[in-house]
Amino acid sequence: MIRAVMVINTQGKPRLAKFYDIQAVEKQRELIRNVYGVLCSRAENVSNFIEAESFFGPDSRIVYKHFATLYFVFVFDSSENELAMLDLIQVFVETLDKCFKNVCELDMVFNYSKMHTVLDEIILGGQVLETNSTEVMKAVEEISRLETASNAISLVPKSVSSWRSR
Amino acid sequence: MAGSSLMDTLFQRTLEDLIKGLRLHLIGESAFISKAMEDIRKEIKSTDPHTKSTALQKLSYLSSLYFYDMSWAAFHVVELMSSTRFAHKRIAYQAASLSFDENTPVLVLITNQLRKDLISTNELEVSLALECLSRIATVDLARDLTPEIFTLLSSGKVFVRKKAVGVVLRVFEKYPDAVKVCFKRLVENLEGSDQQVVSVAVGVFCELALKNPRSYLPLAPEFYRILVESRNNWILIKVLKIFAKLALLEPRLANKVVEPICDHMKRTDAKSLVFECIRTVVTSLTDYESAVKLAAVRIREMLMDDDPNLKYLALQALSTVAPNHVWVVVENKEIVIKSLSDEDPNIKLESLRLVMMMVSQSNIVEISRVLLNYALKSDPFFCNEILGSILSTCCRNVYEIIVDFDWYVSLLGEMSRIPHCQKGDEIEKQLIDIGMRVEDVRLELVRVARDLLIDPALLGNSFLYRTLSAAAWVSGAYVEFSKNPFELMEALLQPRTYLLPPLIRAVYLQSAFKVLVYSLHSYLLQRGITERDFAEGSDYAQHDASASLNQEEGFNPRVLNQSFDDLSVEHGEEISAGHGQASAFDSLGTNSFSDESIMNMINLIELAVGPLSGSLDVEVQERARNIRSFIELIKQEMVDCLAQKEESLDRNKTEVSKIIKLMHDAFSSELGPVSVTAQERVPIPDGLLLKENLEDLETICPDVQLPLLNSFSFGSPQSEETNGDSLPDLQNKVESEPSKESTSLLAQHRKRHGLYYLPSEKKEISNDYPPANDLKSENDRNNDAENLVKLTEQSLVPKKKPSNAKTRPVVVKLDEGDQVSIAAKAQPKDDLLSGAVREVLLGNDTNDSLSQSKPSDRSSARRKGKEKLNLDSPSESKENLDDVKKHDDEIPSSRKNKHRKHGKERRHKTSGNVLDEGGENSQKGKEKTGHRHGKHKARQRADVPLNVVSQTPVIPDFLL
Repeated sequence: MIRAVMVINTQGKPRLAKFYDIQAVEKQRELIRNVYGVLCSRAENVSNFIEAESFFGPDSRIVYKHFATLYFVFVFDSSENELAMLDLIQVFVETLDKCFKNVCELDMVFNYSKMHTVLDEIILGGQVLETNSTEVMKAVEEISRLETASNAISLVPKSVSSWRSR
Repeated sequence: MAGSSLMDTLFQRTLEDLIKGLRLHLIGESAFISKAMEDIRKEIKSTDPHTKSTALQKLSYLSSLYFYDMSWAAFHVVELMSSTRFAHKRIAYQAASLSFDENTPVLVLITNQLRKDLISTNELEVSLALECLSRIATVDLARDLTPEIFTLLSSGKVFVRKKAVGVVLRVFEKYPDAVKVCFKRLVENLEGSDQQVVSVAVGVFCELALKNPRSYLPLAPEFYRILVESRNNWILIKVLKIFAKLALLEPRLANKVVEPICDHMKRTDAKSLVFECIRTVVTSLTDYESAVKLAAVRIREMLMDDDPNLKYLALQALSTVAPNHVWVVVENKEIVIKSLSDEDPNIKLESLRLVMMMVSQSNIVEISRVLLNYALKSDPFFCNEILGSILSTCCRNVYEIIVDFDWYVSLLGEMSRIPHCQKGDEIEKQLIDIGMRVEDVRLELVRVARDLLIDPALLGNSFLYRTLSAAAWVSGAYVEFSKNPFELMEALLQPRTYLLPPLIRAVYLQSAFKVLVYSLHSYLLQRGITERDFAEGSDYAQHDASASLNQEEGFNPRVLNQSFDDLSVEHGEEISAGHGQASAFDSLGTNSFSDESIMNMINLIELAVGPLSGSLDVEVQERARNIRSFIELIKQEMVDCLAQKEESLDRNKTEVSKIIKLMHDAFSSELGPVSVTAQERVPIPDGLLLKENLEDLETICPDVQLPLLNSFSFGSPQSEETNGDSLPDLQNKVESEPSKESTSLLAQHRKRHGLYYLPSEKKEISNDYPPANDLKSENDRNNDAENLVKLTEQSLVPKKKPSNAKTRPVVVKLDEGDQVSIAAKAQPKDDLLSGAVREVLLGNDTNDSLSQSKPSDRSSARRKGKEKLNLDSPSESKENLDDVKKHDDEIPSSRKNKHRKHGKERRHKTSGNVLDEGGENSQKGKEKTGHRHGKHKARQRADVPLNVVSQTPVIPDFLL
């Protein structure tokens, strides 16, 4: 299964972090820092895998991909195929690209919640759920539509209710 | 209240405001965040759901990316979950899956909310609940929501169904009994036509099968169908992973799947699928030559690829295949060896691993040579990786692959001189270990040790200290092999040894002591013999003669003498031996243990060791005092002895020679290797209760630390002084200060003038830190790869063991002690889950005895708790359960669902546990019939004749 998904920028700031096995926040910070430490020591054009047993315990590997200012990192175990995980990163990034039209780091900074929505459609509890970015987009759009709809309705009654309760 | 709520709403920062603020406050970030947290704490209490949800959203953001704890807000999360608005609900669910864990107390409150959302008509709400459940499901949640999940497993909406399938994994893991309810539906999803759902279902089975493959053998036909029919790479990869496990258990299954796997390997372009096929073949289908051949072809393609990822993975596949089919590696050895100089650290490491796998008795020498060249030119990390793997390969099974120990010992010496070498500990261990185990190698060992000790430059490199310590020990312990004890003594006492840490210095001193005793002993023997009859020379005389022949090589009396002068000048002391010795030294060539040389040695020791008897370190101090008192004992007699040469014959049996003989005997008893299990074999004396005694000690003196070591030397007057009187100590300290300073001055002086205290075999002047050892400079490094390729050309091809000119020396092995004999017990990791799965698939519980024999702590504790609950009255049971914490939250639910509890009890019974109290007699009868008959049921199902009864559980070939 997939243990964690992280997006870290080249300065080491996390932009997205999701751990599928529960970790305390302090542990999360440490793990991200460790992963970043390894990532930034690696040259360009080398292989995208890192042995991660020292951080994530036995049977864990890291695959990462470097796009512009961001590292996309997946942590997984032996029940996943290494190259398939690399493809899954591609799927994730492609979907984000469709979502934001030429995705850049700033999009990810300001659309924290949407990134989670996208990720949740691709991975569920560490399991690969969907690998087709069109399908993912369909679901994400539907969710956003419902979300804005529910917010739009909420605007009037909320102010009314607060006035009324005065 | 309402007013403040309105103000909150109007002026509340949204998540976007927060992010903008964070970007502005890069410097005072933590202050800004604390302020924001304060706001959040206020806002989250608001009764307005919008304010609350925004606050929660901000909190989740800070928690996830800035690692602030948000467990305190758990109750607010639960509150917001029940919001009717989807946007709020979503924020709450995301917060829950981010921050909840097993111990979150409010978890018990969300069961109903989750149930409500799971049966909601809005598929997005259902999906929210499923996502949350997939991460936070606990035993209780899994149990209570199993019916809803069961329904969703056959939902008409693919969007929901695939998520429900994904959640099943977590539910099974937490609540194995859910298998009874959901398993059939899960299998049905495997057969469905929708690829998305099949993909997730196969993924779930892959996870389950990796944990316990045996339980899923009956599903092989399903998986086989998918393997043959599916063209979805994601699905195929997972199915291959399942078959990799199943094929190991059932050879007939392997036979069946080989063909389709080869087909996939031939047909597909997807690298991920190709790699998975290769991996399946090399791990589980190694007996099928044709498949391995095909895999080898594809591995080669991957190796040739420019993509470093493919190359790396191909190398990994090679190392998996190596144990069974070395030829695949040999076929690709050129690429493997070239990869050693790849820029990618992963590839380098992997190829190193492979090269080490190819090592055998016949090629270890050449491979090590080339690897050492690589180590010299690579970065520190990889250099140490290389050294480490050479060391660990060579010492495997008590140096199994080493034939020529002389070579290996000198290799160790070379290794330690590599500038990045940080393997001093390991080299130290092996040098000493080999010394003790292999008698024939000691001569070479002492030579290597001498080369290390004699080079003053090495003393500046702290990574070498451990190696030097071993060298010092070796040359002390096996001093009889030394060609020139005087030189050795010089090396052991050279001024730069002050750079060493005290413990290693103590080793140096002890070795110096041994060398001294040996020299004196030989000297006395030799005198006795020469004066009687030189022609009838004993072994010693011969040995000494041969030693003296080699003397000129490394021993320069002039330099030695010079050093004496210098020292004496620096100390401002009068040294009897300091003057007019040059002429005496000239005659040294013929006789190694001349009177003068012995006196010189004694003087040198006194000079160098004297200040150390005031050393701050007890070990150093003690040993220094040992030597000094020993010299004091013999010195006068020796001087007399020298003075009256004529009478020395009579004096041969004097006290001195007795003392020296005694000491020599004391040192000459050999140390041997110690078995790993030696301590275990020491019988514990009757009446000795180790633990209790130590506990007593703890209570008697709780704060006493390690006992201080007192110097305990040969009962010389000085050592007694130290105990009582601190004055001499103080004096010594005062003395040692300037001497330390002076020696460092001396070192500087020598450095400046290019004069070295000790002759070094290499002519170049070493600087403070040893330079990169240029033993490789003559080799054309660029040719390394070609060299290795060429050499492995012959040696890697598996051939008969070449007849070595040298026969392998005897290596002392201790019976079973050398191998760590504690074999890991192969406990099948069988758990409740697999038991449940088997129950469903085979309709029995054959597995129970297994799963019961070693259940996880959790489950046994849980079962125990429930058992008690059933037997005792509820109030009592609560007390009983207090110690079984974590599980007390299960009590109410177990009371609720009586039938499930029975299910558990039943399993408990069948395992034959002795908990047969009354209370469920009604069940017993059923149990006994159900037990042990399940196997037959399974056979019936699989259409295998009933009459075949065998001891081992036969897995029917479902594919036939």
